[in-house]
Amino acid sequence: MYNLIGAGLIVIGAGIGLGQIGGKAMEGIARQPEATGKIQTAMIIIAALLEGLAFGALFLGK
Amino acid sequence: MMKIFQQSFKSLALVLLVFLPVSIFALNEGGDGGQVDTKKEVEDYILHHIQDSHDFSLFSYTSEEGERKHFGFPLPVILWSSDGLRTFMSSEFHHNDDGHVIVEKDGVKFAKIHSKIYELDADASAVNFDAEHHATNGHKVLDFSITKSVFGVLVIGLLMLFWFSSLARQYKKKQIPTGFGRVLEPLVLYVRDEIARPNIGEKHYRKFTGYLLTVFFFIWFLNLAGLTPLGFNVTGQLAVTACLAIFTLVIYTVSGNKDYWMHILWMPGVPVLIRPVLAIIELAGALIIKPFSLLVRLFANISAGHIVVMSLIAIMFTLKESLGVVGATGLSFVLSFFILLIEVLVAFLQAYIFTMLSALFIGMAVAEHDHEHEHDDHGHEVPDAQDVRGDFI
Repeated sequence: MYNLIGAGLIVIGAGIGLGQIGGKAMEGIARQPEATGKIQTAMIIIAALLEGLAFGALFLGK
Repeated sequence: MMKIFQQSFKSLALVLLVFLPVSIFALNEGGDGGQVDTKKEVEDYILHHIQDSHDFSLFSYTSEEGERKHFGFPLPVILWSSDGLRTFMSSEFHHNDDGHVIVEKDGVKFAKIHSKIYELDADASAVNFDAEHHATNGHKVLDFSITKSVFGVLVIGLLMLFWFSSLARQYKKKQIPTGFGRVLEPLVLYVRDEIARPNIGEKHYRKFTGYLLTVFFFIWFLNLAGLTPLGFNVTGQLAVTACLAIFTLVIYTVSGNKDYWMHILWMPGVPVLIRPVLAIIELAGALIIKPFSLLVRLFANISAGHIVVMSLIAIMFTLKESLGVVGATGLSFVLSFFILLIEVLVAFLQAYIFTMLSALFIGMAVAEHDHEHEHDDHGHEVPDAQDVRGDFI
C-alpha cells in the first residue's frame, strides 16, 4: 500500500521534472532555432538522468 | 524519398501485423476445462516472459484431449554440480517448472523450480518444500546453461560480426557499401560524429569509438529482437545491463587521467575542510551511482516496455466479458500496435542514451584542463583572465 503511494509520488515528481525540461527546451528552441541540435542533446541527457533517478527510486521501493 | 518512406512504413506495418497474432497465441493458455483465473494467469505469463528461461518456447496450448502442447526448441543445460560437469538438453525437464520432474545424470539429481535449477541430495526422490516454497533437500548449482538470453546474445553477436565484417570488407573494394551496409553506414557515422566526437573530444575519441559502436549496436539490436514475438528479453535482464555498465565503469576508471582523479579526490578551488566530504561524494558518484544509473535505466525501460505491451495484449482476455470478443480484441490490437510503434522508438533511444552517457563519462575522465583552471600557490582557483564574452556575440 505505502509503496504504491510512494510510486505515485515518484511519478509525480518525475512528471514535473520532465515537464520543466521539455518546456524549457521548447522555449529555448523557439528563441534560438539554430541551436536546436545542442538543446535537444542536452535535453535528452538531463531527461535520461532524471529518468534514471526515478527508475532507481521505483526499483528500490518495489 | 516519400516513396521510400511509404514502402518502409508498409513493410513495418506488415511485419507487426504478422508477428502480433503470434504473441497473442502464446497467451491463450486454457486450464483443464475448469475455472481459470484470468488475472492470475496473465500475471504468471508476463512474469514468465520477463524472466530468463532454459528452453526456447514460442507458444503452447492445451489440445482437445487435455494434453499440453509446446512449440519451440530445447537449449543445452550446462551445470557445475558438486560432482563435476553435467550437460543435458532442457527438454529432459519436459517443460516442468515446479520440481516434479527430476533428471538424474551420472548419479546427480537435478530439478527445475521457477527457472532455477537445484541439485538434490543423493537420497532424495522428490523435492521437499518448506512453508515459503523453498526447496529443503537441495541447493542451487552453478549454472552455465545456454539460456534464452544467452542464445539471444550469441545470435545477435554473430549477426553483428557478419554484418560489420562484411561492411568493412566492402570498403576495400569501393567507397560505397551495398545491401544492409547502407543502413549501417549512416548509423556508424552518427555514433562517431554526434556521440563520440563532441563528448570525448577531438584528441581521444578514436580510441573509444570502437567500444561505443559495439555497445550501441548490441543494445539496439537486442532491444529490437525483444520486440519480435521470439520473446527475447535480453536487455531487460539485470545481469546483462550490469555487465554493460561495468564495461563502461572499467573503461572510464582505467583511462581517467591525473586531472580526473584530482577532481575526485582533492577538488581544487574549494575550502580544504570541504574537500574530504566532496571526495566521498565524488567517489561514490564515479564508482557506484554512474554505473548504477546506467544499468537500472536500461533494465527498467525495457522491462517496463515489455510489461506494458503484454498487459495491453492481455486486454482481450481480461475485458472479454464486458466488451465482447470483437471489441476487446480490437481495443487490444489498436493499443498494443501503437505501443509497439513507440517501443521501436524507445529501443533506439535507450541504445542512444546508454552510448551517449558512456561517451560523456569517458569524456569527463579524459578531459584535459590545460586552459581552464589556474591555481595559485594555495590551490585556490584563479578566475580566467581571458574575456569570453566575445564568443557569445
